[in-house]
Amino acid sequence: MSELGTISFGLFIILAAVGGAAVLTWFERRLLGIWQDRYGPNRLGPFGILQVAADMLKLLTKDDWVPPFADRMVFIFAPTAIVVAMLLGFAVVPFGPDLYVLDINIGLLFFLGMTSLAVYSVLLAGLASNNKYALLGGLRSAAQMVSYEVFMGLSLMGVVMLTGSFSMRAIVEAQRDMWYCIPQILGLFTFMIAGIAESHRLPFDLPEAEHELTAGFHTEYSGMKFAMFMLGEYLGLILICCMITTLFFGGWLGPWLPPVVWFCLKVFALICFFVLLRAAIPRPRYDQLMSLGWKFMLPLTLLNLLLTGAIALALRG
Amino acid sequence: MLKAMISQLRTIWTILQHTFTKAETVQYPEQMPYLAPRYRGRIVLTKDPDGEERCVACNLCAVACPVDCIALQQGVKEDGRWYPEFFRINFSRCVMCGMCEEACPTNAIQLTPDFEMCEYDRNNMVYEKEHLQINGTGKYHDYNFYRVTGLAITGKDKGQAQNEAEPIDVKGLLP
Repeated sequence: MSELGTISFGLFIILAAVGGAAVLTWFERRLLGIWQDRYGPNRLGPFGILQVAADMLKLLTKDDWVPPFADRMVFIFAPTAIVVAMLLGFAVVPFGPDLYVLDINIGLLFFLGMTSLAVYSVLLAGLASNNKYALLGGLRSAAQMVSYEVFMGLSLMGVVMLTGSFSMRAIVEAQRDMWYCIPQILGLFTFMIAGIAESHRLPFDLPEAEHELTAGFHTEYSGMKFAMFMLGEYLGLILICCMITTLFFGGWLGPWLPPVVWFCLKVFALICFFVLLRAAIPRPRYDQLMSLGWKFMLPLTLLNLLLTGAIALALRG
Repeated sequence: MLKAMISQLRTIWTILQHTFTKAETVQYPEQMPYLAPRYRGRIVLTKDPDGEERCVACNLCAVACPVDCIALQQGVKEDGRWYPEFFRINFSRCVMCGMCEEACPTNAIQLTPDFEMCEYDRNNMVYEKEHLQINGTGKYHDYNFYRVTGLAITGKDKGQAQNEAEPIDVKGLLP
């Protein structure tokens, strides 16, 4: 692609991702409604889709207040960080054989780096708010990060080992014969759990746990700054689903339909599955999450790594 | 660990099956929910079968009211009946507990299955007697307080009420 083409495609991806996240707020509520035997927002427009516009209007016109006791600079910086980091993560996602913004040979590492940066947003928000609930939320976020970030990176190393490259396109191309969800089933399982924790989705939304911490790290946030956190969370969800699709479900690969359609369908199905997890599974205590991460997930990932390495070596042998 | 994991998977499966169950929601403004006759909603003052107001302004409802939203003033008519000179319920305070209905000795104050009483102006939530009074008997069709009470009013002396014996002459010596 030409320089101009890449830039315009990048802008398109940003718009599409933000728009997708906005629609997702409505879609998730409808889907949760279906699974909880109710309707969800169904009043505004066809199927209630204009609810998105109404929410947007409300958030835009709300008082955007910075509490006088907060650390002003950091307080304002924190919500931007999560959105920027998540949007940058989309740069390495290959939506089709020729549809990508960036194809670098460390694509996977770039993604891991960007999602890790997003954690800073939560931490800084918790610290800067100067509020006990927010601080506890930030603290939990830190605890959560140290327990899942380790096996999140390691769980993907099996994929890298089989492909022999960190490039996202190469990873997809290597799945022509068999999607990695079969040989890397353990990797998929661990990465999915790490992904939920990464995007602070519901079974692992400990940093904001409404029932215990009012709203956790974004207790003090209102208006557009709060909206940025929500946007970041939904962008994270889409990004994680894109990543799982690319790494384990063959990305754009699929018969008959054009590659982009296949990619979008897979991402959509994964998003539905993530919402299903939200509807079904209760939140663990945060010491439970940590012990799950260190005592079960990490050994499982290491086992997966060991087995994958041995088999790959034997096959190549 | 394995048992816990199977339990989680079963939960996910159960929730997935709910894709095909019908929503429990009652779509309220278009579809009215069923309200039982004894539903505790808007408060009314009823009349007895003869069309006279039942309330005797005894103040028991105002005493029973846990949020003190009832105010009234007692007056006496020329025929000896008691009646409220004013009767005021502040519905912005009322919690629809039904204590007033239970306390009422004449079945005058009753709760009805109606809850649609929103107002844009808070002052409109204060209902006076003319707003509360209805023309019917409410839930008790035959009950008329002055026909069963021992109180003497014009046209009905002591001992003339239903199921009431003639008063005994307490100063007489005869059995």
